[in-house]
Amino acid sequence: MSTGRIVKVSGPLIVAEGMHEAKMFEVARVSEKHLIGEIIELHGSEAYIQVYEDTSGLGPGEIVESTGMSLSIELGPGLLQSIYDGIQRPLDVVYAKAGHYITRGINVPGLDHARRWEFTPKAGLKAGEPIGPGDLLGEIRETELIVHRVLVPPTVGGGTLVRAPERGAYAIEDTIAEIETPNGTAKVALMHRWPVRTPRPIVKKLVPQKPLVTGQRVIDALFPISQGGTACVPGPFGAGKTVIQHQLAKWSDAQIIVYIGCGERGNEMTDVLQEFPELTDPATGRPLMERTVLIANTSNMPVAAREASVYTGITIAEYFRDMGYDVAVMADSTSRWAEAMREMSGRLEEMPGEEGYPAYLPSRIAEFYERSGRAICLGSEGRTGTLSVIGAVSPPGGDLSDPVVQATLKVVKVFWSLEDQLAFERHFPAISWLTSYSLYHDALRDHFHAEVAEDWGRVRTETMELLQKEAELKELVRLVGVDALSPQDRVVLETTKMIREDFLHQSAFDAEDAYTRLDKQYRMLKAILDLHRRSIEAVGKRCPVRKLLELPVRERISRMRYIAEKDLAQFDTIAKDIEEQLAGCLKESRTGEE
Amino acid sequence: MVTEYTTIREIAGPLVLLDRVDHATYEELVEVELAGGEQRRGKVLEVDHDRVLIQIFEGTRGVDIAKTSVRFLGRGLELAVSPDMLGRIFNGLGAPIDDGPRLIAEKKIDINGNPINPYARVYPKEFIQTGISAIDGLNTLVRGQKLPIFSAFGLPHSELAAQIARQATVLGAGESFAIVFAAMGITFEEANYFIRDFQETGAMERVVLFINLANDPTIERIATPRAALTAAEYLAFERGMHVLVIMTDMTNYCEALREVSVARKEIPGRRGYPGYLYTDLATIYERAGLLKGAKKGEVQQGSITQIPVLSMPDDDKTHPIPDLTGYITEGQIILDRSLNRSGVYPPIAVLPSLSRLKQKGIGACKTREDHADLSNQLFGAYARGVQAKELAVILGEAALSDSDKAFVAFADAFEARFIQQGQHEDRSIERTLEIGWELVALLPRSELKRIKDTYVEKYLPREGDV
Repeated sequence: MSTGRIVKVSGPLIVAEGMHEAKMFEVARVSEKHLIGEIIELHGSEAYIQVYEDTSGLGPGEIVESTGMSLSIELGPGLLQSIYDGIQRPLDVVYAKAGHYITRGINVPGLDHARRWEFTPKAGLKAGEPIGPGDLLGEIRETELIVHRVLVPPTVGGGTLVRAPERGAYAIEDTIAEIETPNGTAKVALMHRWPVRTPRPIVKKLVPQKPLVTGQRVIDALFPISQGGTACVPGPFGAGKTVIQHQLAKWSDAQIIVYIGCGERGNEMTDVLQEFPELTDPATGRPLMERTVLIANTSNMPVAAREASVYTGITIAEYFRDMGYDVAVMADSTSRWAEAMREMSGRLEEMPGEEGYPAYLPSRIAEFYERSGRAICLGSEGRTGTLSVIGAVSPPGGDLSDPVVQATLKVVKVFWSLEDQLAFERHFPAISWLTSYSLYHDALRDHFHAEVAEDWGRVRTETMELLQKEAELKELVRLVGVDALSPQDRVVLETTKMIREDFLHQSAFDAEDAYTRLDKQYRMLKAILDLHRRSIEAVGKRCPVRKLLELPVRERISRMRYIAEKDLAQFDTIAKDIEEQLAGCLKESRTGEE
Repeated sequence: MVTEYTTIREIAGPLVLLDRVDHATYEELVEVELAGGEQRRGKVLEVDHDRVLIQIFEGTRGVDIAKTSVRFLGRGLELAVSPDMLGRIFNGLGAPIDDGPRLIAEKKIDINGNPINPYARVYPKEFIQTGISAIDGLNTLVRGQKLPIFSAFGLPHSELAAQIARQATVLGAGESFAIVFAAMGITFEEANYFIRDFQETGAMERVVLFINLANDPTIERIATPRAALTAAEYLAFERGMHVLVIMTDMTNYCEALREVSVARKEIPGRRGYPGYLYTDLATIYERAGLLKGAKKGEVQQGSITQIPVLSMPDDDKTHPIPDLTGYITEGQIILDRSLNRSGVYPPIAVLPSLSRLKQKGIGACKTREDHADLSNQLFGAYARGVQAKELAVILGEAALSDSDKAFVAFADAFEARFIQQGQHEDRSIERTLEIGWELVALLPRSELKRIKDTYVEKYLPREGDV
């Protein structure tokens, strides 16, 4: 630890001299107000510090103290249902202390240190047993939905358990167990600290196996993401990035959600805050908030803390992954994070790369996404946990050649491309079916075939082929008009219209439509494709397209999104209708000819 | 202790570099006295050891190295606030410039403000009726929202902003309201248009004006929206008023910011604008909304609704200014040149326009139960009509299918009857929805897929009704 004096202030960057023992990425307290900052460059005894709070009113001569610690957060029970700023200050506590505005120099711990938690030790755990990092000590029911598994933190080395944990109510700093390690006796509490920029250790990574089911038809059926996978949602403003992120946070089947609002709108975070406690988890009926941690560093909050917020979020996610949970991180938007890096880089007078972004932008982005994955966690149990990351990107003007988009696409496996033309037509989610992709089809094929339907892969391929064909036909129509198309091609256009309007289009605001289970998604697509196959046959037998458009079953198909999950038998009657009505159509046109 | 320095070392653009300063702080306010005794104000942009970089709001013309002196005031730029501000005119830095009596300040507030804690906000969901169908029906404004108008040269954004200010009411509420108007770099005539409009409608006593005209100092503009929002925050959250803030033209503000950035030789982002433009704009736009009340579940009296106006250089929506604005604000109202050319007022391009807070501001008890479905249908049908029209341009009308023709007819009627209205026509939301229903009646019933059947039964005019 060392003490120095400010010599320069330039926006969120300050320079202090006399910092002889300072280390890179160490946290420093700046001025009498104790503003929080982090050392990001060292020149001799001069330390360059990015300050996480507003620096107006600071000047040369004021005191700077380094704390000897890198930027760390508190991990332990009490994380769930919290809303934090970028450096883990709980915003509700800040509100209680400081009122409506975030004033400077507020110092509040990330977790409630007074609250006592009911702790149940792992059965059969006795003193004298060997124990190591990641081993289970006991459990706390943190919320109705989530059991908090108390593990030996990775900061404690392996050794022998000398004091076994006992049942009881503990505050998070109370010692619950003691471990004899080669470096002395380590006390284990419910809480430990972890530096956010360091990934938490795992035993090894595994390839993804299961889909992260989101209930969003265009995603699950056409461009699925796996549990432990990575996805990126770029798009211009107004294309619906945030709504998609909200939908995934609400409906995806991850057990823990960490939602990072990085440099986004204040009201949007308020929306999440007010809505999540009212929404219930479809599986358990409990409020969704019980499985959620929110990080809100809105656009008007200090820019340096925005840079830290994505690391704070993913560290919390890793902590729950270590317990063996399926965790999903939504980061909205990573462009703001990149811009924060650019701003600091500019202040440091670094040589800029593309568009003024620092040259290390791609490596920082890659490092962040690589903290995702399905992994065997530390500990003798061999638990597996997954950590999925879904990052929104806000490229200027929706231009995908933006350096942040390009750097992200290099590392993520799923690309959901939002198109403003679709958004103008209020086709939501505005995910383009032509440019998006998912590289998880092969990894997930077995799961879909076993859990949903044998021919899931074929149905998907057929749908994609039709949509591709539609794009070609539309080019043609633009040149020669719709009348010049063959009847078969016109049937294709009618079918793809159904796919678009009755399947891909999904309302986030309708109670029944907002979430669709996989089996229903399959039945919906199957119905459309059945009708298509039969219609192609019919026009082959010279049934006029006009007749096919009048079939009453089309009306039923357009309403199938409202079929309740328990009434899936209705799809059988739709299938029956298709058979009967097409047979009728054929018969009629045959009679017509005679 | 106030010390005067005459140690100016360099002057470049709006910036002054000072040497051998004992103690200066970041963002501190300074007073500059020119050789002739003229007083100017500036603020500290950077302190490096004993060197201080200062930005002079009124510009550096006439500032010399030898005789000009600089005093550090030990505080940031502040605005003196009081309820008597209503009806008064201030300059871009917040000093009164009308002939009114001296203002007795209730207190002084730093114009930079503090960020609102997202936890302390209340989600806006109270419908504001602007009386303009294209806004109320399709891109609904709610109290506490920030909804910019994206315009361009020669388009009637001033008329539209003035009409909104004139007509904006909340259904069934008779609370106290105020308008804060910030003019940045606009012409005398434009500013006068607003002032005259406020006077004619008798709204002037509820208005606070901050005026920085095109010929006023450029750098002063950087302070103007902040001064205006400080006044708005005071009126809204300390005096319990519902404040509508109109800021025009944000493009001039951004250009002033660029001027300073270039003079500082900063590494530019896109089109020469500084890399921190997003953050800077956010500290302005985010100063809007509603706050939690003292008791749980209560809303504090008062609100700030923002309508910034910006002109898109070259009508380009992807220019950094509209682009970054769109990423911060809760939607946008885009004006369209071709609609304007064909005589449609207000020329609102409804398809790319958007109100993000619409979903929770409309529906039963707020506007009407069928509002969401109907507006969805209108959007979908208009989009299809516009596409069909494009097709007709290439292939000729004859090549269109019957249903496409119906959509073309719909799109034309939609522009002529729904979007088009008078500058003083104040349509109720019921009337707006009624016109909407009359228009969808032009379409085949089977195309009304986005509206629930019950609403179609209840609201669709029967044949002969229209």
